[in-house]
Order: sequence, then structure tokens, then C-alpha cells
Amino acid sequence: MASQTFEEISPADFFYRNREIAGFTNPSRAIFAAIRELVENSLDAAEAFAVPPNIYVRLSDEQDSTPGTYLLRVQDNGSGITSRHIPSAFGQVLFGSKYKLKQSRGTFGLGGTMAVLYGQITTHKPAQIISSTASSKVYKYRIMVDIQRNKPVILERRILLNRDRWHGTIVEFSLEGDYYRAMPKILDYFKQTALVNPYANITFVDPKGRLYKFTRVTTKMPSPPKETLPHPYGVDVEKVKRLVRVTPHNNMLDFMKSHFHRISENIAKRFIEFADISPKKNPRKLNPQEIVKLVHMMKRYEDFRPPSASCLSPLGEDLLKAGILKALKPEFTAVCQRKPSTYAGHPFIVETAMAYGGEIPKRGDFILYRFANRIPLLYDEASDVSFRVVKSFNWRRYKASQDMPIAVLVHICSTKIPYKTVGKEFIADRPEIKREVLNGIRDVARRLKRFLSKREHVAKEKRRLNIFSKYLPKIAKFTTELAGREEEPDIEKLLLSVRKVDRKKTDD
Amino acid sequence: MTEKKQTTDYSAIEKKKEAATRLVDFGETLYTQMTQNEFPWITMPSRSIENIIYSPKLRQYILGDRRVKRSARNIRHIRPLSQLVWTAFFAHHLATNRKTSTLRDVYYSAQAYEMSFKDQSESDNVIIDLETVTGSAREEFNIFPEERSAVFGDLTIEYTVPGYEGRRMNLTSHPDGLMVGPALTYSEFVKTSANKVIAIEKGGLFTRFIEENVHTKHNALLVLTAGQAPRATRHFIRRLNKELELPVYILTDGDPWGMHIAMVIISGSANAAHIRDLTTPDAKWSGVWATDIQSYKLPSIPLTERDVKRLHELQRDPRYKEKLWQREIKTFMKIGKKAEQEAFSRYGLTYIVDEYLPAKLEAD
Repeated sequence: MASQTFEEISPADFFYRNREIAGFTNPSRAIFAAIRELVENSLDAAEAFAVPPNIYVRLSDEQDSTPGTYLLRVQDNGSGITSRHIPSAFGQVLFGSKYKLKQSRGTFGLGGTMAVLYGQITTHKPAQIISSTASSKVYKYRIMVDIQRNKPVILERRILLNRDRWHGTIVEFSLEGDYYRAMPKILDYFKQTALVNPYANITFVDPKGRLYKFTRVTTKMPSPPKETLPHPYGVDVEKVKRLVRVTPHNNMLDFMKSHFHRISENIAKRFIEFADISPKKNPRKLNPQEIVKLVHMMKRYEDFRPPSASCLSPLGEDLLKAGILKALKPEFTAVCQRKPSTYAGHPFIVETAMAYGGEIPKRGDFILYRFANRIPLLYDEASDVSFRVVKSFNWRRYKASQDMPIAVLVHICSTKIPYKTVGKEFIADRPEIKREVLNGIRDVARRLKRFLSKREHVAKEKRRLNIFSKYLPKIAKFTTELAGREEEPDIEKLLLSVRKVDRKKTDD
Repeated sequence: MTEKKQTTDYSAIEKKKEAATRLVDFGETLYTQMTQNEFPWITMPSRSIENIIYSPKLRQYILGDRRVKRSARNIRHIRPLSQLVWTAFFAHHLATNRKTSTLRDVYYSAQAYEMSFKDQSESDNVIIDLETVTGSAREEFNIFPEERSAVFGDLTIEYTVPGYEGRRMNLTSHPDGLMVGPALTYSEFVKTSANKVIAIEKGGLFTRFIEENVHTKHNALLVLTAGQAPRATRHFIRRLNKELELPVYILTDGDPWGMHIAMVIISGSANAAHIRDLTTPDAKWSGVWATDIQSYKLPSIPLTERDVKRLHELQRDPRYKEKLWQREIKTFMKIGKKAEQEAFSRYGLTYIVDEYLPAKLEAD
């Protein structure tokens, strides 16, 4: 028997070894993932500060280095990071501000650090972070990640004066990648991010010095998402164990009321009775068997109120429409926000849109734009729930076909998006979500159908009018010559009468 | 000797003038409608199958009482109506400039006026519409088909076409015969020594007859129909019959198709139900009959399936109800044989002229 060696690895080490699960699969994918993680952090940071985001991204060839090494700089006008958290925020995996139950772009707290980590392992260069929370100081750090210990190593820390009360974060680091292969996806990413964040200014300068500028069309922002308590349907044993450990309450009634979502005194009472637990029981004294039983009963109890979606921040029909009009410049667009719904104790809202014509290209298939919590999903389209809905959709019933320039847009926002992987690229086939996506697409498809029917009618009428205005003058001309008259009859009134009838018909 | 006899009814010049007037009237009607803020419209006899009926009195197909309306208010009518108006304009233009045109020519000319036709059959059809609306044959609008047939014999005609007005011509002047074209169609008949007309289906026999001096031996005008007689030729035969009072004899192949060539000269076709003056009801079909195949023991070939089918159709056709026709149809079906005009060559080249023809003419 060969002897086995056991070693404990840190989270940073784990992701170093398994970086593909976070999306850093290959040089082209990695550069895309790095940009994306940082941009999403920046958008979140600006929204947290309730200012319309200004994001500047620059990717440049690294001087004096092997080809394929880039310097990435991402700058935002967000809330900034307090000085003492800066090193951990970018130098420690699974450290982050996103572990609360709240709708946010990132969920795993991997993003920023993962990008920095990837840069470090490919170029062995430190990352530079400059940030300020609009205080009188700006902090500048040069850090590296101690991968084995999952700790940031601070190489340099400087404090600068912040006379303008600037707020925001600038991250700059080197990484290896393949920009030219990633370029189409990166540009798509910026375009779609601009679409679903129409209140953001996004600037991107690529290694060739080409400038891509996405200007906001509105400064109106959706109300920011709120933090919320976990819904009893959505918790597991571990979660309850943690709550039990930290609760300040010493009876079950108060415990249920204050740590869970939408539980009133009444519901708490009835549930405790249902679960056969004394309301006076001290939650801190629950033993593991009792906790398992409690969680089990939570799943079985049917009278909890559904989770409230008030904590969610969907884009809203107006903003969605503004974003589509700007990014796709379609001839027609319809948007729909579904009523909130839930899956496994998590509230979610589906927003759908359909756009037709204009600058939307004919691809021989419907173009699907997928978004989750306001970020575009660009990879693994075929595995996504929305893709399946679009594929099996009965388009013919809505007068639509694949050879038409049609774009379908699905935005799902939730406190917890059911991604299938850490790479956050596609959404699982949850029946509750599938149903909402389907209903949302039906809603906008119905409006597209009305538009197409009307257009068809208008086109038909136009053809009709063309026939009249083509042939009636000829009849007038030739009969005049035939009858040997000098003056052609005035047919304007006749042509006008055809038009009048048309208008009346269209109004009906 | 018949000296320049013509009745107003059959004067080509008069016909043409009348046709021109009808075209102007047609334009005038539509013009007035438009000045009264009315969408131009017309009515005309329907040319649908149900409205084509046989008139035993006229001994030809005619159109019934059903009329159809074509209005520019109707999206489906406006294009054909404007094509009709253009065709009327173009026909009138031809007439006033004393030019002629062919059906094909009309089709192409339309393009110069941005009045396109899908194909020639569409323009042909519009020309038939124009005939129906005005009641005049297209030849009277100077529009002719491509097919040409010929005439030979002692008939002096006087041209009326531009450049030839008053010039006379005897139809024996060219041994190949004279083409029955627009100029001959519009000519006046001056005099003839002939006392009959023989219409012949095939060019070979027509030439043989000229070579054998049938025209002098039998005092006949010879007309080559070259298959199914074109309308201009049918009209020409009718004029010979009506204006010069010459009896007409028709010689065709001895088969259902030959019979029908004779019948169309006599009673006209369903396609031309809207036109009068194309028929020669008193003309005689002189052969080759089915009974001739038997009595002359002509070399024959078996009837094909198509021939038999055609015979059955003809048997039911109202134009064929007379005894002679029914007898010949039955005989064809009984013997199951057909024979061409050339079949007489088995008895020598002149047999048909020396023996068969006199017998047939006398039989009348």
C-alpha cells in the first residue's frame, strides 16, 4: 500500500488549482472573465453609492514583456473600499461584501481576487489598488496573494490627499491572455452591459488604442436592492446552525420572527405548534437532531407567506426599453416585467423584451440576450433555461419566424440566481423560472404579433395605393389621347378617396 | 364578270373606320367618367365558358347575355383595365398612322409606354378583351397574328394601304400565291372571273393545284389555309363568299383535325365567339371524307387514341349536328382509319386534280 499524503489547502489554493470553475479556463476566456468580474464590482459599487456609474476600462500591451501579457486597468466612481478592507477585498478569496441575502451581480466573492490571482500566477506581478470612500484620503496599495495561506501580502501602502473628495476604486494589474480571440465576446459584453445598465457610462480602450464608448441614455437608476432575511423554504441545516449560534433571542417565537423572512407573530406561533416545539424553548439550546427536524418541518409547513420581492431591484420596463432602443436601435420593441415569483424560498422577477427590425441583423435564428441581476450571460447559451424556452416556443402562432430580425431578451433578477456553475454563465432549468420566462416571452410575443399584423396591413395598403397611383394616371393619360382631348382629367380626388377609405379601415 | 361590287356591310374600309370610332368612344366614356370624379369602368360580355353559346341561327358560337364589369375602383381590375385602355390607345394610334402590328409586336410595344405585360398571352388576352368591348375584330385595329396564309387566282384587287392606294393587282401575278396579310385584308375586290373558291389545308397541294392550272380549269380562287386558318384568312374567305358570291369548297386531310379546320372556316371557333364576320356558313367541306377513304381505296393509317377522343368530342359538338358530319364521324370511327390529302398520289400526281376534284365539285 502506497502511503497517502493529506494536506489542507486554502480557498485561494483551491481556486488556483480549479480556476476553470470560476471561468478562467484559457487565455481568451481568462481575459474576458477578468474584465467582467471587475466591471461588475464597479457597477455594484456605483449603485451602492446611488450614483450613475462611470466606468473606465483600459487594456494595454504590457511593455517589455512576453507578447500576450496585458495591463488591465478598471476605474469606477463607486463607493470605494475602506482602507482596512482593501487588501482582503483583492487578496483573499471568498472575502467580500456579497454574502448577505441581497440581489447583487457577483455572488461568490471570487470575482476581484480571482482576477488578481490569475494575473499573479501568469505574470508574477503585484496588483495596484487605489480607492477612496470620498473621505479626505486616497489609499494606494500594491499587493500580492499568498495563495497557500489565502492572505494578501501588502508590498506598499500609500496615503494620498483627496482634495476633490473623489470616491471610487482603481484596480490595475498584469495578466496573460489572448485579447484578439476574446475580443468579440468582450465587445458583446460591453454592449450588452450597456444595454441592461442604460444609466451607466462605460468606456473601453483596447490594446490597439481603439475607443469604445457607451454613453448613458438616462440618469434614472432602479431603486437599489435591499438586504433581506432568509425565507424558511430556502434555508438548510447549516444556515440554521449558524443562526442559532449568533441569535440574541432566547425563545423560539422571537427567533422565528426576527431571523426569517415574512414571519409574523401569528405565523411563528402556528408554525412552532406545527413543528411540535415549545415556543418558550431557547433556540441556543437546540441540539443537532432538533435543528434537522426544524428545517425539515419548515419545508413541510405550507402556510408561510411567499417571499416578498420588495428586496429585488428589477430594471423596470422603462429602463429596459431605453437600453434596448439605444443598444439595438430596433424598429419595434416590447418589454414586460412579470409579477414576482419564488423558487425554493428565493424571490425572483423575470423581465422579458422582444425587439424587431431596425439594426437587428437577420441571423437565420432568433437572437437571445440573457441577463441575470443586470449582467449579460454570454457563454453556454444552449444550456440556459431561456434558450430552451425560446427553442421550443411556438413562434408561428405569433407570426414570427427565424428568418426575421428578432431579438429576445430575458432578464432574471433574484436574491439567488440558480446558476449551474461558478462561472455564472447559464441558469438552471427551474420549473418556476421556466414558467415565468415562458409567460414573459408570450407576453411580448403577443405584442410583436400585433405589430407584425399591423405592419403587414400597412404594407398591403401601401401596395394597394401604389397600384392605384401607378395605373390610374395611365388610364387618364391614354383615354385623354384616345378621346382626342387636350386636358387630362383630374384624378387627384379619386386617388385621395382611395386613401381616405384606407385610413378609416386602419382605424377600425 | 363581277365589277367592283361591295356592300357597306363588308367593306374593309368602313369596318376600319367604325372600329376606330368605337375606340374613340371607349376612350370618351372613360374620360367623361373621370371628369365626373368617377372611377372609370366598363361593362362587356363575359367570355367565360358558361357564356359561350351556339347560335343555330347564325351557325356559329356567340356570347350570351352575361356581362362583366371592369372598374378602376377594384384593385384586381385596375391593371387589366389600364392595359385595355393602353391597347385601345395603341390600336387607335396604329389606325391613325395607318400602320399595322402583330400580336407579338403589341406585347413589346407596351414596354415603351411602361405598360408591361407578364407575357404575350396576357397581352393577347387583353386584345381579345378589346375586341369584346368594341365588337370589332383586332384586324380592324390593324393588329394581325404572325401566321400567314396565301391566295392565288384571277381576282383583281385594289390596295387601300398607304403608298399603294388605288394600285391594282391580279392575284395570279405570283406563282407562289399572295400572302393574306394586312394589305390584302384591307384591299377592295375589283373583278374576278372565278366562280368558286377552293380552300386547301396544305401547302403541297396548293402548289400542285397552281401547277395543274386548277384555277383556270375550274375557274377557282385557291386559298391556302396552312393548317388552321388564321382569322384574317377566315375573314377573307367570308368576303370572297359574301361580296363576290362565290361558293367555297374546303379540302383538308381526312381526319378529325382536318374536319375541324373546315368547320372553323364554316362556323367559327368558341374563342372567337365575340366576333362576327369570320364565318362562311355556306362553305362546303369537300373532303377528304372517311367515305372517300373507302370508295377511293386510299392508303390509310390507323386512327390514334387521340384521334378517336377528338371524334367523340366532335360528335357532341353542336356545330357538327348536320347529317354529313355525323355520317363522316361515324365512318371514321367504324373504319378506324384516316388519310392525308397526299394519299391520292398513289394514283399519280394529277389524279387528284383530274379525277377527284371534278367529282367532288360536281357532287355538290
